[in-house]
Amino acid sequence: MKFSTAILAAAVVTAGAAQAESVAPGEVQFGEYGAVSESLTGKPGDPENGAMVMKTKSIGNCISCHEVGALKDAPFHGEIGPMLDGAGDRWSEAQLRGIVANAKKTFPGSMMPAYYKTEGFVRPGDAFTGTAAEEPLPPLLTAQQIEDVVAFLMTLSDG
Amino acid sequence: MRMQAKAAIAALLVAAPGLASADPDDDTLVVNGEIEMTTKTAAPDHMSDTAVDTIMSGWHFRSDETQALQMDDFDNSGMIFVDEGRAQWNREAGSEGKSCASCHEDVAESMKGVRATYPKWDAEAGEVQTVAMQINDCRTENMGAEPYGYTSTEMANMEALIAVQSRGMPVDVKIDGPAREMWEQGKELYYTRTGQLELSCANCHEDNYGNMIRADHLSQGQINGFPTYRLKNAKLNTVHARFKGCVRDTRAETYKPGSDAFVALELYVASRGNGLSVEGPSVRN
Ligand code: HEC
Ligand code: HEC
Repeated sequence: MKFSTAILAAAVVTAGAAQAESVAPGEVQFGEYGAVSESLTGKPGDPENGAMVMKTKSIGNCISCHEVGALKDAPFHGEIGPMLDGAGDRWSEAQLRGIVANAKKTFPGSMMPAYYKTEGFVRPGDAFTGTAAEEPLPPLLTAQQIEDVVAFLMTLSDG
Repeated sequence: MRMQAKAAIAALLVAAPGLASADPDDDTLVVNGEIEMTTKTAAPDHMSDTAVDTIMSGWHFRSDETQALQMDDFDNSGMIFVDEGRAQWNREAGSEGKSCASCHEDVAESMKGVRATYPKWDAEAGEVQTVAMQINDCRTENMGAEPYGYTSTEMANMEALIAVQSRGMPVDVKIDGPAREMWEQGKELYYTRTGQLELSCANCHEDNYGNMIRADHLSQGQINGFPTYRLKNAKLNTVHARFKGCVRDTRAETYKPGSDAFVALELYVASRGNGLSVEGPSVRN
């Protein structure tokens, strides 16, 4: 618990530092079908860090719902969402950025959480403490972490 | 050779979660070789607008090892707390110098069938009451004693003692008449997506039961087995403590145990188990 709070705090600080150049969560331009064509940071994503974000429980925790062959070194992949192998073939970079930033714009009503959203929640809480928190909340991932995840997803090819 | 064996094992591991755990199993639960439990049955009529046609006890979603712990009272750690509840039943407390037994005598007779019908409308109090609320009413009104904390050890012990008197009987919670309004409120909560993760009870326990969420095999979130002895925290867990944990996991502000919101939710979730056997105290992980 302590550990994840520390990570979260670190993430918030990073978000603050990167704010100057990053697109703020409320400013992201989603296309008609949920894609986001503009990079959130203007900097290329780091796929290795993206992989780390996806499998770390206290950060992206993507594998709690998705199976990802390339991340099999981390245990316990979930079955809630589709297997992500080949995601880089099925989707463009802009589509993947949109899905990670706010999947509900691509898949209306999706169970997948919005990773770059800070307002408009029912009973928003302070992380996993169960106590109330004021909006805007820090987004689940920073702009750069999202770019890193997108860069990693682009490497997932069936071919 | 070694490389190949490793690869084969890896392939098996990859395949295993999907194959082994995609569905709840078909085992049957008989406790102490005599109490036959209904752990799967047709969903009650009020669920006809959902995709669930069969309701299932959380027991089906646990490993064979965990399941076995509930098949014999000597292996069920929850039974230790039933004994503690029995001691509380007979112990005088409060200004009136009474115990539960002073009014209700033999728990096996007076409490038989009680767990199966709660929460229920109490006409005198003019509200829907849970077993926990009724226990505390007796303590404060009839015994002149302090109420138990809503999710305290003493409360869990007493709930276990009361639940065990109805083991094997079908859950039969009334949802019409004056209870209806509270039930509707509970239903609304069940489908409300809370917290920063925007997840409802239904997202996990209606749309995804049988699926793995990380290392957890999702059940239907039934409460016929409460209170539940969990291997994870090695204690008896109450319904509202479990609800609180699940809401917290959506990164939401939780509701308070004993609040109207959780009483309404308990009534609604209990009614989704109408027809399953009372199993408490059950064993889960
Ligand atoms: C609580 C569950 C959950 C979590 C956590 C989750 N997802 Fe998803 N995801 C889904 C579901 C469900 C879908 C399917 C879309 C739909 O129909 O709702 C999906 C769809 C996707 C897709 C499109 C899949 C395809 O192949 O067509 C991608 C890509 C994706 N998710 C990436 C991610 C990433 C990256 C993360 C973490 C940063 C993540 N997901 C976290 C549930 C989740
Ligand atoms: C993010 C997923 C998630 C959400 C949302 C969620 N739960 Fe759960 N719940 C779990 C997991 C995981 C378990 C442990 C495995 C199991 O029994 O399903 C669990 C267990 C339970 C149990 C124990 C079942 C048993 O047999 O002992 C109950 C009851 C329950 N949940 C009710 C609820 C209710 C009511 C809500 C909404 C207020 C809710 N849950 C929301 C994930 C969730």
